[in-house]
Amino acid sequence: MSSEWKFTTKDLAEKPELLMPGHRACAGCGPAVVYRQILKATRGPIIATNATGCMEVVTTIYPYTAWRIPWIHTAFENVAANAAGIETALKVMKRKGHLKHDHIDVIAFAGDGGTYDIGLQALSGAVERGHDFLYVLYDNEAYMNTGIQRSGGTPHCASTTTSPAGRVIPGKPEYKKPIADIMVAHGIPYVAAASPAYWRDLITKARKGLEVKGPAFLHALAPCPRGWRYDTSKTIEIARLAVETCVFPLWEAVDGEHSLSAPSKVIALKPERKKPVREYLKNQGRFRHLFTPEFEHIIDEIEHIVDRRWKLLLKKCGMA
Amino acid sequence: MTVVKQKLLALSGDEAVAYAVKQSDVDVVAAYPITPQTIIVEKFSEYVHNGEVDTEFICVESEHSALTACLAAAATGARTFTASASAGLALMHEILYVTSGCRAPVVMTIVNRALSAPINIHCDHADSMVERDASWIQIYVENSQEAYDSTIQAFKIAEHPDILLPAMVMLDAFFLSHTLESVNVLLDATVREFVGTRKIPLVRSHEGKLVPFKLDPKNPVTMGPLDLYDYYFEHKKQQEEAMQRALQTIKQVHDEYGEISGRRYGNGLIDPYRLEDADIAAICVGSTAGTTKVVVDQLRAKGVKAGLLRLRTYRPFPSQDLREALENVKAIAVMDRSNSFGAYGGPIFHEVRHVLYDAPTRPQVVNYIYGLGGRDMPQTLIHEIYKDLQKIVKTKRVEKPVQFIGVRE
Repeated sequence: MSSEWKFTTKDLAEKPELLMPGHRACAGCGPAVVYRQILKATRGPIIATNATGCMEVVTTIYPYTAWRIPWIHTAFENVAANAAGIETALKVMKRKGHLKHDHIDVIAFAGDGGTYDIGLQALSGAVERGHDFLYVLYDNEAYMNTGIQRSGGTPHCASTTTSPAGRVIPGKPEYKKPIADIMVAHGIPYVAAASPAYWRDLITKARKGLEVKGPAFLHALAPCPRGWRYDTSKTIEIARLAVETCVFPLWEAVDGEHSLSAPSKVIALKPERKKPVREYLKNQGRFRHLFTPEFEHIIDEIEHIVDRRWKLLLKKCGMA
Repeated sequence: MTVVKQKLLALSGDEAVAYAVKQSDVDVVAAYPITPQTIIVEKFSEYVHNGEVDTEFICVESEHSALTACLAAAATGARTFTASASAGLALMHEILYVTSGCRAPVVMTIVNRALSAPINIHCDHADSMVERDASWIQIYVENSQEAYDSTIQAFKIAEHPDILLPAMVMLDAFFLSHTLESVNVLLDATVREFVGTRKIPLVRSHEGKLVPFKLDPKNPVTMGPLDLYDYYFEHKKQQEEAMQRALQTIKQVHDEYGEISGRRYGNGLIDPYRLEDADIAAICVGSTAGTTKVVVDQLRAKGVKAGLLRLRTYRPFPSQDLREALENVKAIAVMDRSNSFGAYGGPIFHEVRHVLYDAPTRPQVVNYIYGLGGRDMPQTLIHEIYKDLQKIVKTKRVEKPVQFIGVRE
């Protein structure tokens, strides 16, 4: 599947902002950048729904709102069910002649907690039923809104407030759940992984997700300076390093057929371009404890896991 | 208006509800199966698959998603319905509050069933009584006919622009849900005209414009925002005011419906039976009222001035009506088919006794917890209750203000 939509930087600049400035996100907030890019990909009227989380909180504190589009939040674990209800209501209201618009796109936004953990059931149910909506996972790899607790999306050995870098246990013992693979296994028409450092790729994928008929899942890495412990000016740099080190490769699966996206394809073709995972870890305070003699061996372990997952992905993409 | 033409059908309580929903021009139904509610969703699925309704049925993966989908569909402008019971309603608990807080007029049938553990599929009222503070209108019905009638009324009450609160209609598991009754149904066109199409009220948006209160790209609104100590309290007070207004709206919708159907249940809030000159009275909700009426008739035949007050609406609580109806009764037995563990009596007892504290006559009020987990409530036990009341009137003494009845010691 390829989108017919072509856009220039000027087109994007001229397109009105749907999430207005003045919201209360932190300086350097990765999710805010992801949201802005996704909303540049819209093709017409949309309704958005949000799981409880950072972005729900920072965009809406009553009586203010940063949203220029209709938007609803109901709870933490049910954003996919919100999308299901909205999409179904639109379908029947259109059939009965109660809707002025010919078509309205539906986008569901949720963080990693609302997707990997508490929201997985509603998400699985909604995509199994085939509702036509785009689900955006903005993955900042922990419960940032409640103060940096570990989630199923937190990577191995990252230090969080519930998986602290202790003297005995160096951060989160478990590994990051392969959430996008789980979504591909549902047999949905479109799944993609994107990074805000490669904004053209991310925007194109969001557009494809909107255009496809049926459920689409977009996994967007969204670095968080507070939770990942790095300087607020480094968000995009870290989002780029995640791709360059193959910690977070960029790919898409159309009807289950995987293909690498350009920034990762370059590495697949020229493996010497792959940067060591150390480059990605070293600027983040959440991995600082790994740069000590006691725990340094874990960096090799992480490199090994990254390589293994990268090889599996190459196989799926027919590039192994 | 005169009573309109109707059809007599043999329907179980669940079927009567499904039939009412079929006729009410519902846009979206989202539901998850749970005994003893299943007949409602099965029957409704048949209507959908046979093309008898223009409704989308979402077969969700849980009750939590069922209510969420209804709430979101209602926020988009649709008329929505769901049904549940027991554990299913408990799983919805979080979203019950979100639904009323978002002022989404979802209608839900609850087939009252005991809560686990131990697991039990039969009737008691613990599941819905525990949700009394969720800002949902609660109507308890006595029979399948009333289940049908009340479901239709619930759409009109919930969607009324003065109210905009969700409503639940409760019927007793198995006693009503699975028991065949003769039910008079209105013609499709009559129900459609009665409920009308959903009207969306205007609200002031954050841009200061008056816009329809729904998710509409032409007039964007933000729903379900973070709302802190500077506004949350006012929003909750508005919900309480809507709940108080509902006392009038429930009566009014019940009257309008009575005009066309010829069926009335008291004044829509309370349904008294032989209460005018009663010295003693029982109070209950649900199907037990039917058995109690038989007992009242037997006592009346013997010259005992016994009466019954069936509470039809539990939320909002009809304090004023209740006080007026009971002002000349000397002793009252409140029958609760649920228990509030560790409290002084059951939930209906709490409200009734509390409301009568302000009555000038202040009658004696006692409480009987009965029928948990579907335990039968036969006439003999109800006779015992009235016998106790006669004794209280005679001796002016209450021995046991709160007791369990029909249970092994």
